Amino acid sequence: MRLEQTLRISAARNPGKTALVAGDVRLSYADLDALSDRLAGALLRRGIERGDRVVVFTDNRWEAVVAIYAIQKAGAVFSPINPSTKADKLGYVLSNCRARAIVTQTNRLTVVADAAKAAPSLELTISAGDGRETETPGLCRFEDLIVEPGPAPRPEEAGIELDLSMLVYTSGSTGNPKGVMMTHQNVLAASTSIVTYLENTADDIILGVLPISFDYGLYQVLMSVQVGATLVLEKSFAFPYAILKRLAEEKVTGFPLVPTMAAMILQMKDVGPEAFAGLRYITNTAAALPASHIARLRELMPGTIVYSMYGLTECKRCTWLPPEQLDIRPGSVGIAIPGTEAFVVGDDGLPVAPGVTGELVIRGPHVMRGYWENPEATDKALKPGPYPWEKVLYTGDLFRADEDGFLYFVARKDDIIKTRGEKVSPKEVEAVLYAMPGIREAAVIGVPDPILGAAIRAVVVAADGAAFTERDVIRHCARNLEDFMVPKTVEIRDALPKTDSGKINRRLVEQQALEVA
Amino acid sequence: MRSEIETQIRAYVVENFLFGDDDGTLEPETSLLEMGIVDSTGVLELVMYLETEFGIRMADEEIVPENLDSIRAIARYIASKNDAAEAARPAIAVNG
Repeated sequence: MRLEQTLRISAARNPGKTALVAGDVRLSYADLDALSDRLAGALLRRGIERGDRVVVFTDNRWEAVVAIYAIQKAGAVFSPINPSTKADKLGYVLSNCRARAIVTQTNRLTVVADAAKAAPSLELTISAGDGRETETPGLCRFEDLIVEPGPAPRPEEAGIELDLSMLVYTSGSTGNPKGVMMTHQNVLAASTSIVTYLENTADDIILGVLPISFDYGLYQVLMSVQVGATLVLEKSFAFPYAILKRLAEEKVTGFPLVPTMAAMILQMKDVGPEAFAGLRYITNTAAALPASHIARLRELMPGTIVYSMYGLTECKRCTWLPPEQLDIRPGSVGIAIPGTEAFVVGDDGLPVAPGVTGELVIRGPHVMRGYWENPEATDKALKPGPYPWEKVLYTGDLFRADEDGFLYFVARKDDIIKTRGEKVSPKEVEAVLYAMPGIREAAVIGVPDPILGAAIRAVVVAADGAAFTERDVIRHCARNLEDFMVPKTVEIRDALPKTDSGKINRRLVEQQALEVA
Repeated sequence: MRSEIETQIRAYVVENFLFGDDDGTLEPETSLLEMGIVDSTGVLELVMYLETEFGIRMADEEIVPENLDSIRAIARYIASKNDAAEAARPAIAVNG
């Protein structure tokens, strides 16, 4: 099955049911199906063809959900990009995947116009929302396209389930982001497995506050549509009280979290169990919740099931902890998700004994097909599996298993920092730091933070005669990086520790920073 | 009075969230969230600043976009808190 078919099935089964609530807008399944049909028709009439890449560069708005299904119905591939992405990186992504079109919103048009200079492939810009217009290639208004007369796409022409469904760009340890290729089969294998263990049904009402540019946020849309549930989409968790009010008003039953959000809820002064009375489950991923937070969340939400999970974009989700195990093994991220396998291997690629640390390997229909036009990185992540036609995923995460096969995260093999649930490549931030005049050396590290998990710190050395403040460094980064990648603190040092070969030793920088703290 | 608070809030937002990068596009009614000026941890910092700077305590239910999503909204909220504190003060106030 292809992704857009899940929408067609849910719309046929229960057309009047509310599919999406976003601010004041409520769309039924029939609405979502019809709107995405119309937008798909408009895309096809503008020359979008099967397999073309269309970038979705918006915040959590209803138009983005329509766009995702429209792109699939047109047989094209969608690529969601964080709306705080700056022009340089957006330009890199657009040119890397040779995007034909971009769906965005008016207050991002200047960024798109800037980014488009690096992307000659871009022919069509679709803008949602009100606001000023900027000169961008082939600018159309979203609201015009969804009322444009013309035939809807024919379902059989979109393609088959082996086609590429989406490209999700993820930070790599080498700097430039890599496009994770997921076929329709991959996406639906992952979402089907997840809705199985979460026991999602059409009665669920899921609250999505995580960005849909982030795969955990995106899958809330895909899973909700697949089971015919209702998704309440919110733009952010910046105002927790307002969100918890929404949670009660909309009678939400499922609430996906990252540890930063859990920490923010636990920091609230006047919130009690009554706020979560109807909540069936919460999920957590991106990084483990501290045991103390799990305990306090359960006090706050005594009737709510807590799912602890772990995953990475390259296969969407790896493991889940059956809720009844939470008290027995609070530190574990559990077992492989249904229909897949997860095991720990040594340097020789062979499984290790319980208790021994090794790399986690994932096997299943949810494993990506590789990184977009990057065979070298693909070969590092995907290695031959048990059958000649099969590849398994080397996660780059160090794990150990206990006697019963439950898995425990130990560390990353590379230097990726996890902050606020997002992965940050120190190299990507360092590259931006080196572009700042006056910086001679730079290292980016993560320092423990109660809310963020890890906070990004830039440790820099000034060139001779250069003078800048910590604020200057942060400002420079804020102009060039997504919000979550911008260092929270800057340390200016006289020198950075080096390895024997003269390279900056990031681990030693980190150790010294911790010693000072 | 209100515009004085606005000026002060604007200076704080520019310094802390735009890192001094004031290109003049920040209007009193600009949505701080929509424009990506403030994110979720930014709101926590903003609340801490307002509580310390203006000697108020913000209840959870006051930490909402209506009170915090633009410079004007923040100034209006602070002014209303000040007015409320004024009203609650006894007729003859003893300072210190």
